Amino acid sequence: MRFGGLTAVREVDLTVRSGEIVGLIGPNGAGKTTFFNCLTGLYVPTQGTVSYRGTVLPPKPHLVTKAGIARTFQNIRLFANMTVLENVMVGRHTRTKEGLWSALLRGPGFRKAEQAGEERSMELLEFVGLAHKRDHLARNLPYGEQRRLEIARALASEPGLLLLDEPTAGMNPQETRTTEELVFAIRDKGIAVLVIEHDMRFIFNLCDRVAVLVQGRKLVEGTSDVVQADERVVAAYLGEPFEGDPGEAEAAEVEAAEAQAAEAGSDTETADAESTSTTKGEPQ
Amino acid sequence: MADTTPLIPLPRSAARLLIAAGAVATIASTFMSWTWTPDFPGDLTVYGYPAGLQVIALVAGLLTLLFSLTLWNVRGLRRLNPTGATTPYLFIALSGFAVCWYTAIAIAVDLGGLVNLDPGGYVAVVASALPVLGALALPRPGSGARHYFTKPEQPAPARPLTGWTPYAIIIAGIALGLLAFTYGIGISPDESETFIGFSLLVLFAAWALVHAGQLDRFSALCAQHKGFATTAAFIAAAIFPFTQSDDHNANLGVNILIFGTVALGLNIVVGLTGLLDLGYVAFLGVGAYAAALVSGSEYSRFAGTQFPFWAAALVGMAASLVFGVLIGAPTLRLRGDYLAIVTIGFGEIFRIAVNNMDGTSGPDITNGPDGIPAIPDLKILGFDFGDQHAVAGATLGRFANYFFLMLLITALVVLVFTRAANSRIGRAWIAIREDETAAVAMGINGFRVKLVAFALGASLAGLAGTVSAHVTYNVVPTPYQFAGSTPPNSAFLLAAVVLGGMGTVSGPLIGAALLYLLPEKLTFLQQYELLAFGLALVILMRFRPEGLIANRRRQLEFHETGQLDVPDSPELPDSTVGVTKAGA
Ligand SMILES: Nc1ncnc2c1ncn2[C@@H]1O[C@H](COP(=O)(O)OP(=O)(O)O)[C@@H](O)[C@H]1O
Ligand SMILES: [Mg+2]
Repeated sequence: MRFGGLTAVREVDLTVRSGEIVGLIGPNGAGKTTFFNCLTGLYVPTQGTVSYRGTVLPPKPHLVTKAGIARTFQNIRLFANMTVLENVMVGRHTRTKEGLWSALLRGPGFRKAEQAGEERSMELLEFVGLAHKRDHLARNLPYGEQRRLEIARALASEPGLLLLDEPTAGMNPQETRTTEELVFAIRDKGIAVLVIEHDMRFIFNLCDRVAVLVQGRKLVEGTSDVVQADERVVAAYLGEPFEGDPGEAEAAEVEAAEAQAAEAGSDTETADAESTSTTKGEPQ
Repeated sequence: MADTTPLIPLPRSAARLLIAAGAVATIASTFMSWTWTPDFPGDLTVYGYPAGLQVIALVAGLLTLLFSLTLWNVRGLRRLNPTGATTPYLFIALSGFAVCWYTAIAIAVDLGGLVNLDPGGYVAVVASALPVLGALALPRPGSGARHYFTKPEQPAPARPLTGWTPYAIIIAGIALGLLAFTYGIGISPDESETFIGFSLLVLFAAWALVHAGQLDRFSALCAQHKGFATTAAFIAAAIFPFTQSDDHNANLGVNILIFGTVALGLNIVVGLTGLLDLGYVAFLGVGAYAAALVSGSEYSRFAGTQFPFWAAALVGMAASLVFGVLIGAPTLRLRGDYLAIVTIGFGEIFRIAVNNMDGTSGPDITNGPDGIPAIPDLKILGFDFGDQHAVAGATLGRFANYFFLMLLITALVVLVFTRAANSRIGRAWIAIREDETAAVAMGINGFRVKLVAFALGASLAGLAGTVSAHVTYNVVPTPYQFAGSTPPNSAFLLAAVVLGGMGTVSGPLIGAALLYLLPEKLTFLQQYELLAFGLALVILMRFRPEGLIANRRRQLEFHETGQLDVPDSPELPDSTVGVTKAGA
């Protein structure tokens, strides 16, 4: 994925299996959110594909959601002036199909669908512990509850793969623990989770596998132990030069940027929620 | 602690006495002569018989008196201003003050000098000032002047109303609205002074009621008994033609309904979906032209083809729908400002194209600038809309007939609006308005859902257009422009929605009524109308950005304080704050 001369994500190849929690970490600006945006079709990747359960997804957000990938946002994007319940019901959009006509005619089918939607949404609100706030405006919820509401809204689309972008950012330790439990509970429902996080304790507690993204490239991928032990990861986080002195690193960066600008593509990655691994960015 | 020492140092008992005495004196003054000559509109010369502006001053005086009595703890009256806040007293006092002083100044200006004031006029001027002074002697709402403009906090209602009381209150409220509307519409356009006085009264009285929390309680009550309130409102609207002896006012009524219905259609696009459409009036035009073409007018391209109304209405809707989809399909992929610019362009293209399709500059379809005149009256099931009919002792003229037809269509549009808004598709519209990126990420096909909103809005406007063609006898291109000094045009339609309250049902209807009546009655404004209109919008956006009728959501959005579902944070004493800051 390139923005003008900047290659934000290149050749990241990542596979998530069902029932698995995978962590994605990396310093700020590493391209983690951009990677999510490519997966969900909000950005059309310059190169590469996303496949889910063996089929390649078109880069259209609503089709991606329909296929079964749902997400939350790093900077919460709720429908601020809708109620908590309405927010979750919007999440069910792809799983219902009443159109304008049935809304206007209000036949028995419409009522039944509305009622079922409401019941299902209330179940989800109970699941994340917000049932008592159903009629509050989303904008009036405290921060931590907004994050949980966003998760409930994403779950409402009945996904097979859930993408969480920094779900504990700005939370206190207790809220973080609640979120941790929530993520486990989601996994137990058989939903694969891919989570971006800066809180290392959270990540290493939670994840079966962790991938580290640095400057748009995947540095390492593996179990917590493997990643924790990797020197390069530590270096990346502490901001130390990979090798040599800072001047050299800078020069290398400039060179790399030029090379990127010259090269035609870069690419993205794939997520495969079920079964096998797969896919490809593109070889270079 | 806010400083609440009154501006005028008087004991409370003196203050309330001043308000009540001033109100009584104002009432008394309206029974005297205010000027010596009947040349001033409304004839204010007669002793013992209030007329014109005097009636308005009388009402203001009575309301002030009523409010002042609540300062005496009269049982039952406390409900009028439950919190006992100061601002309602001030605003209701200002209503009488504004009306009387405006009248005195108008007499002096119109007739050339203060000598034209009779004693009654002087009494009114002095008397109406007393309640204002009295209100200023009540505790100040806060340290700055701006506290007079912020609505006082309202406590939650003590207990819900039961039995028939809510119904009686709803009926009373709606009857009051009908009364004010019929009185306003009944003021002759030659008496602009009277209409201004009337507007001042309505403005300040409404302001007082808002600050006393009455409007909020009333709308909450209407929301609770939605079906009843809606039915009552439509019955009140249906009573309107019976109160009018003059078919001209029924004409105003039907035009207001057309304008309001189109504004309601626009509200789907702007208020619910958040798409800024600045060329919306074109859809009204498409419907009107389509109906005119198949109306059987001999000037129509298809002279001799006369569709029955239901077919003509369908043709009008279908034509608007097609036009809406044609415009929407390429433009709805744009966001925000771009969409607004493109829709202005398309709106103007419609008008110019219709202007040119006269057989010389283009194909011969619409008769160019001359339009299609002599559109025959509708006949539905043998009922001739051009004839007078006597119903229940009242003669209902041509415009009254159309008024009833239009009222049915308005009801239909209200039904469509509410049903669509409270459904899966309506939620998708609102989600797109709130955050389009998040909405598409939740699986909403943004383009398709927006196109549905656009097409629905267009076809509703087209439906209104089919009636409008018959009401006005002819269709010409000029009214269907972006901005003009008379409704309907796209700018006025948008203003009706914004002024009335986006996303609400009653908002655009009330906004449309105001925007139609004001230019009609304030004839002297003619060339300054757009200026006045702009000023009014700026003032409104400053003080009430959510519009006259606040959508529950919008209200919470614009006024951070007073939110119903945010727990009160206990206020820290100033000293603590200082310490925390120092420590931080
Ligand atoms: N829409 C965009 N246009 C241009 N640059 C972008 C855009 N989105 C992200 N970037 C850039 O891509 C890089 C990666 O950003 P991001 O994915 O947000 O990082 P993070 O790993 O912190 O989530 C950053 O340098 C950012 O500035
Ligand atoms: Mg990020």
